[in-house]
Parts: sequence; C-alpha cells; structure tokens
Amino acid sequence: MKIHEFQAKGILRRFGAAVPQGKVIDDAAQAARICEDFGGRCVVKAQIHAGGRGKGGGVRVASNPDEAVRLADEILGMQLVTHQTGPEGQRVRQVLIEEALEIDQELYLGVTLDRAAERPLLMASRSGGMDIEEVAQSDPDAILRELIDPLLGVLPFQCRRIASGLGFEGGTARQIQSIVASVVAAYLETDASLVEINPLMVDSKGDVYALDAKMNFDDNALFRQRDVVELRDVHEENPLEVEASEHGISYIKLDGSIGCMVNGAGLAMATMDIIKLYGAEPANFLDVGGSASQEAVASAFRIILSDPAVEAVLINIFGGIARTDRIARGVVAAIDELAADGTPVGVPVVVRLEGTNVEEGREVLERADFDFLVADGMASAAESAVEALKNRIAGS
Amino acid sequence: MSILVGESTRLIVQGITGREGLFHAMGCREYGTDVVGGVTPGKGGSTVEGFPVWNSVERARRETGCNATLIFVPPPFAADAIMEAADAGVELIVCITEGIPVQDMVRVKAFLRGRNSRLLGPNCPGLITPGQAKVGIMPGHIHAPGNVGVISRSGTLTYEAVWQLTNEGLGQTTCVGIGGDPVNGTSFIDVLELFAGDEATEAVVLIGEIGGTAEEEAATWIGEHLDIPVVGFIAGATAPPGRRMGHAGAIVAGGKGTAAEKKAALAAAGVLVVDSPAEMGARVSAALG
Repeated sequence: MKIHEFQAKGILRRFGAAVPQGKVIDDAAQAARICEDFGGRCVVKAQIHAGGRGKGGGVRVASNPDEAVRLADEILGMQLVTHQTGPEGQRVRQVLIEEALEIDQELYLGVTLDRAAERPLLMASRSGGMDIEEVAQSDPDAILRELIDPLLGVLPFQCRRIASGLGFEGGTARQIQSIVASVVAAYLETDASLVEINPLMVDSKGDVYALDAKMNFDDNALFRQRDVVELRDVHEENPLEVEASEHGISYIKLDGSIGCMVNGAGLAMATMDIIKLYGAEPANFLDVGGSASQEAVASAFRIILSDPAVEAVLINIFGGIARTDRIARGVVAAIDELAADGTPVGVPVVVRLEGTNVEEGREVLERADFDFLVADGMASAAESAVEALKNRIAGS
Repeated sequence: MSILVGESTRLIVQGITGREGLFHAMGCREYGTDVVGGVTPGKGGSTVEGFPVWNSVERARRETGCNATLIFVPPPFAADAIMEAADAGVELIVCITEGIPVQDMVRVKAFLRGRNSRLLGPNCPGLITPGQAKVGIMPGHIHAPGNVGVISRSGTLTYEAVWQLTNEGLGQTTCVGIGGDPVNGTSFIDVLELFAGDEATEAVVLIGEIGGTAEEEAATWIGEHLDIPVVGFIAGATAPPGRRMGHAGAIVAGGKGTAAEKKAALAAAGVLVVDSPAEMGARVSAALG
C-alpha cells in the first residue's frame, strides 16, 4: 500500500524525524494564510502517490501569499503527468503547503528489504534528489549500506558510520544519526516495505530535515497496522483493481485486448506471456485464487469485461484441489448472470481447463447456452484467443 | 530415489482442525503419506477424522516421532507456528500459508539460523515424491514416479509443468514448490544441491518468475556444479515494472528482476530456457533423448 507525502511525513515526525512545517489543503484560498504563517514564502506540493512530481510541474515555490493561492489553484485539479503515472496522469486533489527552507545540501536516505540478505537494508548517499536506482547504476560505491538486524534494529554505531560516511561532524552529524534511527524505527514498527527520504536536506545553519518522504507498506501486514490502513486513498488506485481486491482477486490492468482469467499468480503471468508470444497483448493480470470459487469467477468476469479494451477473453484454469467441473459451472453461471442483468458477454471466450474432473468440466461447457471456444493445452488456448481477436477486429 | 520426502516421512499438520488443514491432511493420507496427527493449540487430546491432535509441536513430536510438518496456520500466527516446529526439532517444515508479513519472515529466518530444521515456503504448494509421499496441496494424480526433478516459485504453474512431463511419459523424482514470497526458507540452490546428490534425478525443470535475484544465483550455481540438463522457464516477461503480480515477491523493481535478465543468466549457464510455458515438457523430453 502507498500513502501520500504529507502522511509519510506525519508518521516520520511521530518517530522523531525533523520535517518542514506544513499543512495539507484542498481549497486554494487557504494557502494565503498558511503562507503568511511561514513568513510569506512557501512551497506548494501536489499530493499524488506517483513520484517525479517536480518535473511534471506539481511542486512550485511561491514568494508571497497571493502567488501561493494562484499556484495552489493551478495545481489542485490538474491531471499531473509524471514518469510513474502513465500518459493520462493522476488528478491532484490535495496540495501540501510547506515552509520554504534554504537548501545547502541534498542527501538520500532509504530503508527497504534486501531480499538476498533477508534483512532490512539502510542506504544513504550524497546524491540527494536523484533516483537511487540511477546512483546504483552509475556510481555504486557512492551508496553507503548498513544491514539492519531484525531483532536489534539499527545500532548507534551504524548511525554514526552513516553520518561520518556522508561527510558530517558535530551537530549536523548528530542530527543525521537521529534521523537515521527514526527512519529505521518507522520502517520496522509500521511494517513498511520502503521508507525513502529523497532529498534529506541540510540547511545553511547545518540543520537536517526530511524534505520529501515516501513510504510503502507490506499489504500482508495491514491486519496489524490499523493506523496505516486509515491512510489509504482509493482515489489513487485503479477502481477495477480496488473492486477486485474486495473480492479477494488480484487484478492488474494492462494495455492489451485479451482479458485473462487464471488460477494462480505464476500461471497467470505465464498465460500473459504466451498471449504475447502468439502475437497479441494481455489486457490484464488476473488471479482468481487457488480455489476459484463460483463467486470469484463471476466477479472476475465482470471486472475483465468492464475494461472496454477487452475484445476476447482467455480462461486458463488448472484445477488442482479446485475441481474443474465446479469452476466450469462457475463460468457458465457468471455468463448466465451477466445475460440476466442485461449485459451479456459479447466477446469470444476461450476456455482451457485441465486437472481434476476435467471431462465433466468440459461437458458443462458444451451443454451451456454460450459458445465457448474450448482449447486443449496452453498453446492452443493462446492461439485460439489471438485468432478470435483478429477475426473480431477484421469483422468489425 | 527422491529428495526431502519419501517412504520414511512421518508428517504432522499444524492447524489440523481448520477447514483447509483437515482437508489436506486427509488428501496427503489418501495419497499414501504417513500422516501421524496434528497440532491445534487448545484442542489437544481430541481426534479429527482419525488424526490425534496435540496442543504443541513438542508434544506431537515426542508422541509420534514426526520428522515433517505441514502448516496451515493463518498469517498472523504462522511465523510462530514455524518457530515452534523448529524449536521442537522437526527436520522439515513446510508452510503453505499465504500472506505472512515480510518482517515476520525476516525474524523467522534469524530464528532458524543455527537450528537443524529446513523450512520450505511459505506461500507454496509443498512438495511431492510421486508414489511415495505428498506433503502439500497439489493434485496427486497428475504426477508419476520417474527421473525428472521439478523446482518452482509458483503453484498452478508447477502443476502445468508436471502435467506436461507426465503426458510426455516422463515421471518425477520430487516436485518442490519453494513459494512466491520475497523471504522464504529454501532457495533454488538448496533444492538444486539436493537434486545434484540424487542419483535418480536425470533432469531438472526450474520455474522462476520476475522479482529478486534467486534465479540469477541459481544460474551461477548450475553453471559451476550441475551437469544434468536443466530446462528453465521464467514467468512474467509481460509484467509491467513496479507492479506486484499476485505473488508478494513478483515485482520488477528499479529495473531489476526482469524476466529477460533471468533468462539470459540461465541461458549463459547452459540452462535450456523456453519462452513458451507450453514447451516445458517437450523440451525435457528432447534433452533426455
């Protein structure tokens, strides 16, 4: 799960990190008063989940309260396009008005999981404001790394090593040590999957602030992070993906035209891959879950078909514990239900069933009131779906 | 021959009184696995479907001499269940549970260091030695005894591979699902080492997916140590970067963990990489002549 910058800063402040003063608003008029409180200068920052906001025009500096209102008004409601939003951009619903600080140096500080070491990894560098992936490519030695013991947390000597490694001493070094400890504590205690302060800034007086902040969380741990769950902003998520998650389905919208329904994440990815190999593009990733209940199948169908780009559907089910005849009944029931609701399935549906009770499953499909294209094996399923798609495009 | 499980496996099921735990305990028993009982705290002393239930793994082990456990405990309590089994000294711990917090698994891995238990999973289908023992949730009937070892991060995609093999007339020594989570107990290399030491295994199918670098590490190991044919498939060539594809571990992050990189690393190590998931079985068949 992702949250907004101002929310991440709120969490970090709770863990003792210094962040600039700021207020989040959704009405531009409020910017004037806040800007005055900050001494007449401020920064107006679009709050969307995607990164790269500055380059897209979503972060602007105002040198007086009137300008703050004007900039807030411009940014609020805009479709902000960044390298992470896609070409349609993301609508800005809130802006953060922050005090403008005198930046002397920009650093990077982040914590994430090191999958190979199976421990949290703290990273810091003097190249603040740049993507850490870029720094890792161009100058890997410029990144300071500290593996965190999951049972002990970050140790004081590690904080000192980071501060001195970044080239600081005295009061600034102590402030860096303190913010390092805060960031690691926040990561561990909120079940974050990523905490990133980029840039971490040092001002002309040598004081240290988290100028930007990003936090992502482990979805599997949300059951014990109720404060974090409350920060969820569904406006930032694809509505179909939100609906799918409510039904226990994992769905990710893609750009192609063959909708996929598969049981199991690995098989779902493999199904997308084989569609591409046969010359078409998948419209989505969809895992109905290992058991693929009738309800899940029906919701999955609705979700796939509510994407207007879908011109054909490929269902690939390997019945393990889930019996294929039951899944076939679920598919047929879902199609009947959609027809009864006045939204009949109007695209070709290729079904590949394999595994437990497959004979009965295929019989169910044959007896149904709908002309399924029944395929035998993954290759012929993909071939048949791509052909159905081409015929449909040629016919329309 | 086989690896990890076989005729001598004595299995308990943690979470045996739950719906899934009981269902699969019966499925394993039906397949022929020696399921000697189960554990559910608070339900010790009872019996379900002929399985004796204990309050703790320690007690179950003392009473039955079990050497393997299959865990169906819900995510908030699963890490504790794994550590309890390791503390009791159970040699093989197979955790099916999906959705365990990553930080719980990080702590579990720290706890397991220096202990003699091997953890498989979590978020995996388990493992099976066809004709001998099934310790997992896979459909037993698609498997056949034979000479191909299978290792995978996925569930149903493993069934797909196994089914292709069986249809080619190729049986399996052991099929091992290592699970789709970013932090797990047993790696590709751990299983490859075991297959390398198993005389019956004459070829290996390795099924990876996007995310992390486990396949790249496996490739290096294969290049240096393994001289039987390995057929590889990597799922997720079409996955967009930055999105988690169902499995918690399946994500291309910062340009790392792509299918293309993994396939290239495997091919460079001599692995026979197939681009189509429909060709896994046929490729093994061709390699074995």
